[in-house]
Amino acid sequence: MSRKTTNQKAWLFVLPVVVLVAFNALIPLMTVVNYSVQETFGNNVFFFEGVKWFEEVLHSERFHASLLRQLTFTSIILIIEIPLGVAIALTMPRKGPWVSVCLVLMALPLLIPWNVVGAMWNIFALPDIGLLGKTLNSMGFDYDYTQQPLSAWFTVILMDVWHWTSLVVLLAYAGVSSIPEAYYQAAKIDGASSWAIIRYIELPKMKRVLTIAILLRFMDSFMIYTEPFVLTGGGPGNTTTFLSIDLVKIALGQFDLGPAAAMSLIYFMIILLLCWLFYTLMMKDEEK
Amino acid sequence: MSKISLRGLRHSYLDNPANDADWALKSMDLDWRDGGAYALLGPSGCGKTTLLNIISGLVVPSEGQVLFGDQDVTKMPTDQRNIAQVFQFPVVYDTMTVYDNLAFPLRNRGFAEDDIDVRVRETAQTLDLEKTLFNRASGLTADSKQKISLGRGLIRPDVNAILFDEPLTVIDPHLKWVLRSKLKEIHRQVGSTMIYVTHDQTEALTFADKVVVIHDGTVVQIGTPIELFEKPKHTFVGHFIGSPGMNLLPCELNNGVPLFAGQVVETENGIHSPQECQNLEIGVRPEFVSLSESGIPVKVVNVSDTGPHRIVDTRHGDVRIKLLITEDESIPADNVHITFDPAHTQIYADGWLVSEASK
Amino acid sequence: MKRFTWAAPTFYIIFLMLPIYWLLNMSFKTTNEILGSFTLWPNEFTLENYIAIFTDPTWYNGYFNSLTYVGINTVISVTVALPAAYAFSRFRFLGDKHLFFWLLTNRMAPAAVFALPFFQFYSAVNLFDTHIAVALAHCLFNIPLAVWILEGFMSGIPKELDETAYVDGYSFPHFFVKIFIPTILAGIGVAAFFCFMFSWVELLLAKTLTSVAAKPIAAVMTRTASTSGYELGLLAAAGSLTIIPGAFVIYFVRNYIAKGFALGRV
Repeated sequence: MSRKTTNQKAWLFVLPVVVLVAFNALIPLMTVVNYSVQETFGNNVFFFEGVKWFEEVLHSERFHASLLRQLTFTSIILIIEIPLGVAIALTMPRKGPWVSVCLVLMALPLLIPWNVVGAMWNIFALPDIGLLGKTLNSMGFDYDYTQQPLSAWFTVILMDVWHWTSLVVLLAYAGVSSIPEAYYQAAKIDGASSWAIIRYIELPKMKRVLTIAILLRFMDSFMIYTEPFVLTGGGPGNTTTFLSIDLVKIALGQFDLGPAAAMSLIYFMIILLLCWLFYTLMMKDEEK
Repeated sequence: MSKISLRGLRHSYLDNPANDADWALKSMDLDWRDGGAYALLGPSGCGKTTLLNIISGLVVPSEGQVLFGDQDVTKMPTDQRNIAQVFQFPVVYDTMTVYDNLAFPLRNRGFAEDDIDVRVRETAQTLDLEKTLFNRASGLTADSKQKISLGRGLIRPDVNAILFDEPLTVIDPHLKWVLRSKLKEIHRQVGSTMIYVTHDQTEALTFADKVVVIHDGTVVQIGTPIELFEKPKHTFVGHFIGSPGMNLLPCELNNGVPLFAGQVVETENGIHSPQECQNLEIGVRPEFVSLSESGIPVKVVNVSDTGPHRIVDTRHGDVRIKLLITEDESIPADNVHITFDPAHTQIYADGWLVSEASK
Repeated sequence: MKRFTWAAPTFYIIFLMLPIYWLLNMSFKTTNEILGSFTLWPNEFTLENYIAIFTDPTWYNGYFNSLTYVGINTVISVTVALPAAYAFSRFRFLGDKHLFFWLLTNRMAPAAVFALPFFQFYSAVNLFDTHIAVALAHCLFNIPLAVWILEGFMSGIPKELDETAYVDGYSFPHFFVKIFIPTILAGIGVAAFFCFMFSWVELLLAKTLTSVAAKPIAAVMTRTASTSGYELGLLAAAGSLTIIPGAFVIYFVRNYIAKGFALGRV
């Protein structure tokens, strides 16, 4: 579509961005790399340790457990949020005054600071005075997210669905509303059923925004920290300690800089690798 | 197969149309002969597409009826009408092959796979799509995609009429010609009614047996291309069709005889009842104006060469009159006069041709 | 089926509103009522919690701090992203694709990874506990996002626009400011919206990089929750107030959200 011209001076345009991001990304990243290969006994004395911390992290059961929890959490919320978001986008009104009402109300959770989200759900789910907790308990469920792992997981997942499904809805809705009217008219003339319209027109046309929605949700859920930290503090026990929470515990709680740095890098690599995998898989089909 | 009739049709996109301008279509009574090739011609925004969508059932008219034969289908949903429609921009189902695209309308209507296969191959042959039959539809060129859209209409054995909504807009000029001839050929082969919406007079005049000219939500004339050219019923038709369009000269009436520039102009029709004497205009196509020794004195403003003809732009007072002359005709340096061919000079009142009945 | 399609969005919105309602409900209750009974709406309606917030400088300064660094960040991100996005959408240059990908990878960096190094780094350059530190730190994920969004919008604008302007005798800066920027105003709006959003809701970095002078409202809340026992009413009131700026922003950009997503291939 675009016929770009080669112009090395374009670097000048990109320079401010490169400088700012490098300033923010490279210097801290180098610090992390630096820590990840050293041992310290305080007093700013460091010893080169090679890949010792990496080996330690990769073999630690604690890391395996956090990673497993993280993968489980991310898979569950992707499985719930993506279809739910698409379904809601498809059933939303396409024109009229209700469109803005829906959009504004739906976007609201996205703009609430993350720890407020955590605090809000904390209050909402309290077993004695929270609407959710009280209701569940009076319905006969034994629900207490501060004590029971299952309740805690249920709450964390419900909170994330509450918080982020709207992003999928907005993206999917944008995809749907950019479909020209003629497609629907042609489908009517071809006698297509509602399901066929979704399957052959709406889903294919949404593919690109959905790729983005999945990538964003994957990245952000993999990096989730504040909301579950405020809600459950990673507990009860370690049952909702996801990778970021664990990392902060090690780095700032125990001040084990070496292992924390090594874990950071492994963590970052896992995200990059999985994003790349997702992206390649989803784009492969496109190039055919 | 049956004819399509529109009875007292009116449509407005507003809930409570207040004045004339709110109506996209203003009162229409039309019959479309079964098997005819029609063109709906008019400028953008005149209501052509609305009319088309009413016939196919995508839009339900505010007032009036749509009849297929004797059956009232005004409220019948689109998929139950025997109508196919091809849109301005090609619509293909991206994830399907060409084959599946063509089979789609039949599968939706529950045809057996064997029958579908036969019809898909037939249709693909008609449209020269055989080579790409198993390719993904999304990778094809615009004209192939438009052929697929057309194919999805042709493939249905029950189709009564095929509607085209400016189908060649996105097609390269040299392929437009090819596709248009293909359409004519298909019309002869299949014999179903075809209604072709366009704002391009060449397209309309070459495709259709009958052209319906729409202006501002109203049908101003239905006729063969020759009728539209020689006897426009409305000054809009005269102006819109033909290149350059018809000359329109304001005139006065003197004892029932039209006068322009103080001279009597002989016309093919005439005015007799004095009520009609409002906003009178004389219409004459540039083809029927010629240079002469005597007649209406004019000043030559400009001459442009278009190949076989030269267009001479002249002026009498404030009124511009164009005429066509051949390459070898010469234009006198001064004292230019023009005359009109009386057989092709008409008089219009309020834009409408003064009818012969009142003569 | 068509008749019941309103049900899904309606139930979804009710689900979204319930926790927010509960927060508002709590914020108008007295501590006694909160702890003493379970009530669906405040029986003893009180504005005490809000009054407490508006009279205590640590609270309202928290809001100003948050809005200040969010504002600075949005301006920086969009301003530097504009020329970069233009370069990516119009020119081919050495390493362009790698650079674009590298920028995006920063969007994938967990804030937790950067928290400690940021703390050390910004302390070392004497920017700790300033608004600008948080604004700069948030650039890490907002600049890539802004570049990504704006590049999408700009690619949708035909190159003929640029060429026509040059033929008409515009110099590049003149063209960029007078013609190009007005053309992609919707895109700038969408990019600014997202920068605002992600900077406003982020807390981990903001909290790590501040102690007193630039402490964000959200961090003030956490402290209150832990130090002064369980003042749920106060917490709820503060939380309710943090929803307001977001609601305002959404209301103003509501017409651009859907369109912006679609145009900007975000």
